[in-house]
Amino acid sequence: MLLADEVATHHPVLSANPYQPHLARIVRIHKMVENNYLFTLRFAEDHLARAFRHQPGQFIMLSVPGVGEMPISVSSSPSRPEVLELCVRRVGRVTNALYRMRTNDVVGVRGPYGNGYPMQEIMGNDLLLAAGGLGMAPLRSLLWYALDHRDKFHNITLMYGAKRPDDMLFREELLALVDRTDINCLLTVDADDSGTWKNHVGLLPTLFDHAKIDPLRTYAAVCGPPVVYKFILQRLLDLGFPKNRILMSLERRMKCGVGKCGHCSIGYKYTCLQGPIFTYWDAINLPEMI
Amino acid sequence: MKILKLPKEKLDLFASVVQQFGELHAPVEQDGKYVFKRLMRWSDARLEYDRTILPPKKYFLPPRETLFRYRPGEGFVPHTEGLDQRIILFGVHACDVYAINILDRVFAGKYPDPYYQARRKHIAIIGIDCSPDKHCFCRSMRADFVDHGFDLFFYDTGDYYQALVGTALGDDMVLATGSLFEPVDGTDIDDYKRRSWNKRRAFQLEVEIRDLPEIFEMEYQSEIWEELGEKCLSCGSCSMVCPTCYCYDVADHVELGSRAGRRARSWDSCLFASHALVASGENFRGPRASRIKFRFYHKQRGFVAEYGRPSCVGCGRCISACPVGIDVVQVIDRLRRVQDVASR
Repeated sequence: MLLADEVATHHPVLSANPYQPHLARIVRIHKMVENNYLFTLRFAEDHLARAFRHQPGQFIMLSVPGVGEMPISVSSSPSRPEVLELCVRRVGRVTNALYRMRTNDVVGVRGPYGNGYPMQEIMGNDLLLAAGGLGMAPLRSLLWYALDHRDKFHNITLMYGAKRPDDMLFREELLALVDRTDINCLLTVDADDSGTWKNHVGLLPTLFDHAKIDPLRTYAAVCGPPVVYKFILQRLLDLGFPKNRILMSLERRMKCGVGKCGHCSIGYKYTCLQGPIFTYWDAINLPEMI
Repeated sequence: MKILKLPKEKLDLFASVVQQFGELHAPVEQDGKYVFKRLMRWSDARLEYDRTILPPKKYFLPPRETLFRYRPGEGFVPHTEGLDQRIILFGVHACDVYAINILDRVFAGKYPDPYYQARRKHIAIIGIDCSPDKHCFCRSMRADFVDHGFDLFFYDTGDYYQALVGTALGDDMVLATGSLFEPVDGTDIDDYKRRSWNKRRAFQLEVEIRDLPEIFEMEYQSEIWEELGEKCLSCGSCSMVCPTCYCYDVADHVELGSRAGRRARSWDSCLFASHALVASGENFRGPRASRIKFRFYHKQRGFVAEYGRPSCVGCGRCISACPVGIDVVQVIDRLRRVQDVASR
């Protein structure tokens, strides 16, 4: 197996190749929710596994050899290095191929790319994370980063809503946070047929009734399907949030991840370079953003 | 900049000497149009051409290009064949050199594209003077003159070509010819100025670009975009022939009966329906009107925000290539509500 270092030695003309995927081994496939598995990867090159650092909110380009490449946000926190956790929904050609792979199979990874959450700005403030459905995937990196650097943040609130308990991503670890007193972890489901759900039942915005939010000293990180943005953004504005304290994570078609291929451009910006984290102010000022 | 002159009748000689620096490519005639192509003999070169079908970008960002080969057990091995091939592009117009300078900025930045960079390093550019035709508006786009991006640039001043020497390689080409080139004097400079004056007056097409960001900002909701959407066929011809369109798609191609394959990129267009389509089925630019609007905004407005100027160089290719007659100059004029277009 040729490692990227060796490839670079053999091909000096392309020694610094931003498109070069680095081989990574699938070390765990956790069937979290149907069609939303958590893949844990470790770089084949040991020094990369140790040196790789990302910011919460950044993404990587994941290659399934012979099938293609796609952008996936990193769900693990940089405070827990050496492996990368990727929450992948089975939805397209490449993700379907990924779902056919097994533990110890090899994929390609390059990155990290994108701006990530502005951690320096957020630190010292309250943090509100609001996610619906698959929106928990990029926020989970931020969540654990904040909890692992707990002294750098004031109040931390998580609001997460899923359709049913079985649809909740990272359910066990999030349930374990409910009892913690250093975070207000609010979990809700739209409906509970099982009758075993001990947390909130109701739509995501109802969780605001259980949270104390000071809009002028809080950064709100929001992620989810369009319906989540629609209701949560309005709620945050009603509370008096300045638009540059609302952070959104956007997805677009991407082929390069490094600002060349043109697919992810929104108005005048590249999601892969200036995003994928945009403030709500950016969002309403860029054509076609939302 | 070093300026020399070459008697016109010695151009053939220069061309034969310069081949020691690389494979000679120049515009040749093909079905009544022109294409950049490898020269089999110098007499095939057509240096008084209007415009080539495809711009020289095809040499730096080929329409299809293999980036990696993949084999199980070996991983992704970069495909480097041809990247260091020495080529001389002879007869590139100023607008096309300007366009390459714009591509240089796109393919540099935080993540330089090594494939583009390698080709750019190994391909020499010899520019040549031209006369504007009815589709040319490079002067409006400030791209009728280039001060860098070429190795040599020949200006037609009657009996001579005045040669601007742009790089050390260009200088080596001059030196390799022995004493073919002569120094210029005051009269030659006057000849050059006269040539510039005449060329400027020859433009039939003009567009005022100074307030483009402001105009585009105001006209985002203009009905013109819906009209253009109705008209546009989404064929992507304008993107293919555009010297500064650089969007590309990437796909893995598996060899039949094996798990080996290659990863290749190919030209793409923001006018294609799939350009902003994601796996979930959501399309961020579904309607045709939103796609053609995006193309105009990215070229004429977005680039100004990002690089300080529009990415359009006024080569006129999209005007002549569009099967339904969408004309960038007319669109800008209309946005500007210029009433008097009869003078064209």
